[in-house]
Amino acid sequence: MSSFKVQYTVDGEDFSIAGDASRKLKKVLQNLGVAPQIIRKATVAMYEGEINMVIHADGGVIDVEITPEKIHIFLRDKGPGIPNVSLAMTEGYSTASDNVRELGFGAGMGLPNMQKYTDYMNITTEVGVGTTIEMIVNTAV
Amino acid sequence: MKLKTVVGLLDAKVLGSSYDDNKEVLAACGSDLMSDVLAFVKDQALLLTGLVNSQVVRTAEMMDMKAIVFVRGKVPGDDIVSLADEAGIAVLSTQLPLYISCGKLYCEGLYK
Repeated sequence: MSSFKVQYTVDGEDFSIAGDASRKLKKVLQNLGVAPQIIRKATVAMYEGEINMVIHADGGVIDVEITPEKIHIFLRDKGPGIPNVSLAMTEGYSTASDNVRELGFGAGMGLPNMQKYTDYMNITTEVGVGTTIEMIVNTAV
Repeated sequence: MKLKTVVGLLDAKVLGSSYDDNKEVLAACGSDLMSDVLAFVKDQALLLTGLVNSQVVRTAEMMDMKAIVFVRGKVPGDDIVSLADEAGIAVLSTQLPLYISCGKLYCEGLYK
């Protein structure tokens, strides 16, 4: 398998279709023959990121590069940015609205889950400008 | 535990077309918080929830879950059932509350 790239645009207007990009990535990875447990790690991490994009940043763009060694995911948004990254990484900390919580999210587990399921994660953010999250999942089982 | 047993224990109604009597689940997770579900790593799992929206199906799909039980008499709309069918996830609905549903399944051996 050589390098394979895909890009997804995340619509920030419609919560009901949030997760569509992660679902599409799952199918791509299945078609490429990636191991199921690796697919789960990559798609759950991306799904949490995708949900965050919709909840906090009015959508964004996700680029994924798949190589024989790793799945490299970049989530980019032009949202409000994260004022305190270490606080945002704390399990249970959330700035989501009650409306989002009623939909089953905003429990403050998004970023911790993303870190849990990836082998590398880096957050670059600037208040008022946006956030980029880079994640790597190694494909070796 | 086979889904047929789950249906019997919870007196559940089967929705959609992905149900199979012999489909087996090895673990279960009961929650209305999808991020908690996403932190739950078990193979061939069953999700029990009182939350009804498309993200329940998306979450189950990302976690490779085999079936969803909507508790407290919640019945998902056709759009949600169709989404689950596309993902091959069985959909059940029970009148029982979440606590009782989990308890019944646990007592019958679904506690991996």
